[in-house]
Amino acid sequence: MELHVQDVITWMNKTNERLQSNKEYLTSLDQAVGDGDHGINMARGFNEVVQKIDGADYETVSDALKDVAMTLMSKVGGAAGPLYGTAFLKLSTSLKGKDSVDQESFKSGLEEALAGMKQRGKSDEGEKTLVDVWSPVIETFTNSFNPEDLVQTAQTAMEKTKDMKATKGRASYLGDRSIGHLDPGSVSSFYLFESLAETVKGGE
Amino acid sequence: MKSVGIVLISHSPKVVEGIKDILNQVANDVPVELAGGTDQGGIGTSIEKIQSAIDRAHTDSGVLIIYDLGSAMMNAEVAVEMSEFDDIEIANAPLLEGAYVAAVESSMGKSLSEVQQAAEQALID
Repeated sequence: MELHVQDVITWMNKTNERLQSNKEYLTSLDQAVGDGDHGINMARGFNEVVQKIDGADYETVSDALKDVAMTLMSKVGGAAGPLYGTAFLKLSTSLKGKDSVDQESFKSGLEEALAGMKQRGKSDEGEKTLVDVWSPVIETFTNSFNPEDLVQTAQTAMEKTKDMKATKGRASYLGDRSIGHLDPGSVSSFYLFESLAETVKGGE
Repeated sequence: MKSVGIVLISHSPKVVEGIKDILNQVANDVPVELAGGTDQGGIGTSIEKIQSAIDRAHTDSGVLIIYDLGSAMMNAEVAVEMSEFDDIEIANAPLLEGAYVAAVESSMGKSLSEVQQAAEQALID
């Protein structure tokens, strides 16, 4: 796999489409365990991202990702803003100066992104957060990478959050009541990676 | 030395406005700036609001930030990392009680670390 500036733009557009059409669904998930704003926040934030990067002229993948990061930080709101914003900023920094990005450097970029999110949210695997999707997904970026694996892994990981008890984020105030509901951040992360798989597949 | 500036972050503008009213009774000469709610005035927190509150509250003695729930802390951290100042601390303190103690200590001319420590011990003894 190889990512170019245009792929980042396609990736963000596809993510935005998924978030817009699942806005109410994400909101209903967040009403069950959080403060009910995840759908609206993500839809608003990624709409702003697309406005910002569509048609813009970027030299490198890193430059495009940096604009994504800054827009998410200031426009998403909630906990998702600083978390996704930090993730994309770390990814951007890690890929600095590269014209095109292969799966090996993308994988280490995602690792940096995950580490940044863990630090920002003081969270780890198994706490019913988006970390539970990002962590297994990163492992699929091997030499034998294929987009179907990526989607399958992200989906399984997302579904696993249903039986977890939240120990981080607003849902942690609910204790055992958080069990039996999908984590909204894991669902939005699934859309992000599903869109990435589709982008990569289209480029082959 | 000027007194340490204080920034209060809450998901709700009304929460920090109410706290500021309470603080004004004990220390009205301390810079207390508010970052309540989102840019649109809804429930949530905003990095831009936090940044501008830091800029307004900043003195030679620095700024202490006190926040309410989860994302407020993450946005506070981002704002601090992006700030040009390096004398900003985030207190792990209850918003109302911490702010109250911090305002009193700041008005007595205490240093940033003393004000932070006092705020973080607001509920102890």
